[in-house]
Amino acid sequence: MNTPATTTLLSVRQLTMRFGGLTAIDDLSLEVPAGKITGIIGPNGAGKTTLFNCLTGFYKPTTGSLRLNHPRHGEIRLETLPSHRVARDAQVVRTFQNIRLFPKMTVLENLIVAQHNVLQRASKFSIAGLFNLPGYRRAEAESIARAATWLRRLGLEQLADHAAGELPYGIQRRIEIARALCVDPLLLCLDEPAAGLNPRESAELNDLLLYLSGELGLSILLIEHDMSVVMRVSDHIGVISYGRKIAEGTPEQVKNDPQVIKAYLGEDDDEDDSEQRTHAVAGGANP
Amino acid sequence: MSAVVFARHAMTPAERLRDAAWVAFVGLVLGIPMVGLTTVDAGGRLGVETRFGLLAAVVAAVFGGRLLLRWAIDQARNRKLERERASTATAADRASGALKLVNFLGWVALGTAITLPILFSDNRYVVDTATTVLIYVMLGWGLNVVVGLAGLLDLGYVAFYAVGAYSYALLSTQFGWSFWEALPVSGALAASFGILLGYPILRLRGDYLAIVTLGFGEIIRIILVNWTEFSGGPNGISSIPRPSFFGLDFTRSPAEGEQSFAGFFGLEFSPMHRLIFLYYLILVLALLTHAFVSRLRKLPVGRAWEALREDEIACQAMGMNTTHIKLSAFAIGAMLGGFGGVFFAARQGFISPESFVFTESAIILAIVVLGGMGSQMGVVLAATLLVLIPEFGRGLAEYRMLLFGLAMVLIMVWRPGGLLAHREPTLRLKPLQQSAPAKEAAR
Repeated sequence: MNTPATTTLLSVRQLTMRFGGLTAIDDLSLEVPAGKITGIIGPNGAGKTTLFNCLTGFYKPTTGSLRLNHPRHGEIRLETLPSHRVARDAQVVRTFQNIRLFPKMTVLENLIVAQHNVLQRASKFSIAGLFNLPGYRRAEAESIARAATWLRRLGLEQLADHAAGELPYGIQRRIEIARALCVDPLLLCLDEPAAGLNPRESAELNDLLLYLSGELGLSILLIEHDMSVVMRVSDHIGVISYGRKIAEGTPEQVKNDPQVIKAYLGEDDDEDDSEQRTHAVAGGANP
Repeated sequence: MSAVVFARHAMTPAERLRDAAWVAFVGLVLGIPMVGLTTVDAGGRLGVETRFGLLAAVVAAVFGGRLLLRWAIDQARNRKLERERASTATAADRASGALKLVNFLGWVALGTAITLPILFSDNRYVVDTATTVLIYVMLGWGLNVVVGLAGLLDLGYVAFYAVGAYSYALLSTQFGWSFWEALPVSGALAASFGILLGYPILRLRGDYLAIVTLGFGEIIRIILVNWTEFSGGPNGISSIPRPSFFGLDFTRSPAEGEQSFAGFFGLEFSPMHRLIFLYYLILVLALLTHAFVSRLRKLPVGRAWEALREDEIACQAMGMNTTHIKLSAFAIGAMLGGFGGVFFAARQGFISPESFVFTESAIILAIVVLGGMGSQMGVVLAATLLVLIPEFGRGLAEYRMLLFGLAMVLIMVWRPGGLLAHREPTLRLKPLQQSAPAKEAAR
């Protein structure tokens, strides 16, 4: 449980997501503290990505609420916003389990597109942009500088002018994080950022996440299978199984929780259990 | 023999000569019985005569031919090798090479376009065909926004062309608007039709989108055919006023109190004046379109279109309102199509729904796809090819469309990404060494 000193950034209350007869998320409540890294773990099909999809407006939850405590706009009910407004107004930005870059555009262009709303405003319905007025030029230069800063921090500077889709997988993962950072997130939601990375790359990812949360005070919500990442960087972990939260706490607490061990390693099957499992696996399948 | 046939490509001149000598030797061996010896009818008996002179000539031709063939093959191979090497070389090198080629093509095309009516000032056919090419270039650039940049497959683009043409035709014949007054209004009307089409299909993608746009194109055409009071039905609208040159008409005998173009400049009246004027008019419109679209591509809205083509879900996750992005692409594309339509109506002086059938949409789409999606210069190349191939095929009468189809198939087999598939980034962190001025780069 989070210490009283930290403020809660996001609180998920009694969230339920049903697809027809399948319940992917079942009465889930969770608190995400500000300025910390919160890990979400759970077996395959537990509903982790569904939670992200609800959080970022791609799915409308069946019931329950997602309240974001925005420092400027006050409380925002994320479940009421369409996905682009979740990113633009609530500043909750996500990455994807299967990388979704703009493959034919260069790395730099990917990061500039992420700053679309700022630039579009500066271009005044493209009129200032068409005539290349000073205001627009300045905004464009700023956006390039911001992109360049993140590229440098993530060691991608040399690749800035390469088409993003032609680069290796591990690098594409990093580009996707850099792109999300360019949206200026309040809460960064990373969906399995270490998937497909080699041990050295995962170690670099650890450093990056600790830097983002420690130095910049960014709040991060992390879905991850790679325990070497989750256990090392998370301040707080929530464990989901069959769409329900089965445990919550520090990495140490979670690691020793009998419920978690049971969910991951299983136990002697009895009829009830196996029936419940098939149901939940089907329900939690990521569409 | 395999040493000859499968000789390696990187050959020294000596190796080449030896290779050619081998082939010439084979030619000699085969040639002795086939060319060197010939039978003659010598008074009822068959006699044999030798033709060593001819044989020597044949062998020499084989030798020379082999040298030439080998040289050509090596050239082709080297080019291919270079290309392979280039693909491992830095992307910047490759990009600057492609950029240079496109720039060069652009300047050649512009030079040709400007001088063409001067060179062919009395050839009506050439100027007319060139005008047609330019109309398609302009339409191609318009559709390129929707299909090439935003990735929204639109099979009904001709509808906007029709909206532009009929807007001008009606505004000018019913309300007496001039070409220049009607041009922006017709463009705006076409753009609103673009948005009108855009709304219902916001949630559609790919094939489904294509089918709805196809339907939209047909709806517009069928309305034009059947709503006789409005559009004149199948009879169309005739005697549409032609655009004037700053108020000067291109007529032999100007109306009372007005001057004609020929009279004002003290020229002898020639019907070619108007054709050449129309040609330069569409050239200017096309160049403006090009400048506009090239600039938009480098703006947030243009990058958003391309991002939409690449991944719509990611766009939403970046906080982009994909509704606005799609509608803006449809509106801008439709507006440019509308401008093309206004010019078309003004040039023809007569329009009917027959000019706006699905085949037109298909040709414009083919221009965009053959040219290379999103490539401005590719559209010029493809439009030129698609207009000129049927023209050159006129001699072949009914086989003309067969030739056209064959050419399209061949282009797609050789260059599946289109004629110019290279995509120039909208901005770079490190500018290219040979970075051309922005004006050129836009080309």
